[in-house]
Amino acid sequence: MSKKLVKAIADMREEEALKLVKEMVEGGSEPMAILDAVRQAMAIVGQRYDEGTYFLPELLLAGEMLNQITEVIKPELAKVPEVKRLGKVVMGTVEGDIHDIGKNIVSFMLDVNGFDVLDLGVDISPQKFVEAIQDFEPQVVGLSGFLALAYDAMKETVEAIKKAGLRDKVKIMVGGGQVSDEVRKYTGADAYGKDAMAGVSLAKAWVGAK
Amino acid sequence: MEKKWEEMSSDEKQEALFQRWISPEGVKFASPEAEKLYKERTTRFRDAIQLKKLPDRVPVFLIPSFAPAYYSGLTPHDVMYDPDKIKPAWKKFYTDFQPDAHGGCYVPTPIKFLEIVDFKLYKWPGHGVSPETTYQCIEGEYMKADEYDAFIHDPLYFFYYTWPSRVFGALEPLATVPHLSGLTEMYGVAGSFVPYGLPPVQAAYKTLLEAGNEALKWWGVVSSFDKEMPELGFPAYQAFATKAPFDVIGDTLRGTKGIMLDMYRQPDKLLQAMEALTPMFIQLGVGAAKQAGNPLIFVPLHKGADGFLSDEQFKTFYWPTLKKVIMGLVDEGVVPFVWAEGGYNSRLEVIRDLPKGKTIWLFDLTDMAKAKEALDGIACVGGNMPMDLLTVGTPQDARDHAKRLIDTCAKGGGYILANGAFFDEVRWENLKAIVDTVKEYGVYR
Repeated sequence: MSKKLVKAIADMREEEALKLVKEMVEGGSEPMAILDAVRQAMAIVGQRYDEGTYFLPELLLAGEMLNQITEVIKPELAKVPEVKRLGKVVMGTVEGDIHDIGKNIVSFMLDVNGFDVLDLGVDISPQKFVEAIQDFEPQVVGLSGFLALAYDAMKETVEAIKKAGLRDKVKIMVGGGQVSDEVRKYTGADAYGKDAMAGVSLAKAWVGAK
Repeated sequence: MEKKWEEMSSDEKQEALFQRWISPEGVKFASPEAEKLYKERTTRFRDAIQLKKLPDRVPVFLIPSFAPAYYSGLTPHDVMYDPDKIKPAWKKFYTDFQPDAHGGCYVPTPIKFLEIVDFKLYKWPGHGVSPETTYQCIEGEYMKADEYDAFIHDPLYFFYYTWPSRVFGALEPLATVPHLSGLTEMYGVAGSFVPYGLPPVQAAYKTLLEAGNEALKWWGVVSSFDKEMPELGFPAYQAFATKAPFDVIGDTLRGTKGIMLDMYRQPDKLLQAMEALTPMFIQLGVGAAKQAGNPLIFVPLHKGADGFLSDEQFKTFYWPTLKKVIMGLVDEGVVPFVWAEGGYNSRLEVIRDLPKGKTIWLFDLTDMAKAKEALDGIACVGGNMPMDLLTVGTPQDARDHAKRLIDTCAKGGGYILANGAFFDEVRWENLKAIVDTVKEYGVYR
């Protein structure tokens, strides 16, 4: 059953996947087994995205399936032991920009790849980023922005982090539609990621994971 | 005797629209120099598009968003709140930088109008985003997943009543206006008009009138700009715009997530809905081009970019109705000025399937050498001064990049140098460097 579920999710067969989960729950399967299958499937999805056979629609549908499956097994989830996370990431779209689809994909991929993600949302001031870093203590900070106005907001956010004495406690990555390595230099961030998989690779390298 | 429009071939129609544009009626040029500039620019543009003979040099366009406001020390809020500030700022921008065409000054929508209708689709300066920044669209499902049948059945009703009732707070009562198919006999006439006697619906119609008045004031600014710029020697690079049916649905009806899930959950309905939109969006472009006496219709493309869809999804969902819209325009002599936003590196093979000398393809993040190679001899290629260079680069960077683009793309004609994405605040000296470089280095010898 588990193998079938992995394949159904990874192959984007939503109805079948949800049907299998319901059958597994009714049949008394451990929630852990279902979650494991989901994790395996998400790893395959991530791999296919990396290879260039899956694109934004598949990541969105995978996210939808994950949400629906989580809803179904929610009552059982409390009993599942905490999985050790690779590290912590704070994500946010910078001040003045309300675009979030790309950021949501990055957050999602970081999560399924084993990170503990605090996604602050959109239009996040430099001060809010600083506060989140102080409270959550991440190793990595991801700044997202779609519009050109994000360049200065990213620069100001990096400066605010520096001013708060936190710059060497975190690695900062930037990404978004009109962002590039040139922009990264301008902002003072550590790296530029061109898509979600690049974001995951950067985060993994920074926490020393494979 | 001159041929009737319906009897002309698409080539003849294109030629006729170009002639109207190159030699427009009723334009009082400000000087002989302005008239000369106007004719040179429109001719240069036509030659770059038709691929029949080389233009005198590479045309250069600057396609700004709010840049002209910033250039005059104004904020987006300033020009949206007070439309009288728009024309002087936009005129100054174009007359200072002297690109080969202007794009109109419709970008700053009037705030008073947005407040009257209580627009819910966007945040705008002073209303959800800072007064110093541009407006931004709020992603959402403004058409629900289970509304495809109603939409396919009657897209006009959807655009007149359903969608407005959702995105304009003051027009919410329009959702209660029924189809008027019941009024064709005496028995049904009075009954059909009952909704118009109800206070909420009456309030909505009063809003329409008030909004119309405000829009007309703004239109006075926009249309006078469009009249005065040719007099100064600047043709417009667009009569108006239309869209790809996939983007119509994916941008502001179903939203990005909505349409992408629809590709999996209800592909047939999505395809049918796009087919239903196609004639409407052809007519939008054709009507505007004929009215303006300008063959160029802008077609900004959003959701078909690299990474958004697989090759298969692009070929199945995005391209077919886009191609129908493009060909519908081409058949009527209109020139689709297609703007492929994002990257189109994986789409170049597919978009080659178009007739020669009929379209322009402006690229953003696409490899320009590959674009030229793919479309050489088929379409006029445009692009790409990138956003990061304009904003954080130096004038020397800008000059070098412009030269590289000309070296890569200008050979044999069929090339326009322009920015790849709308720009707001950039380093102004970079714009000057680009325009100057094209005028010196982009001459065909």
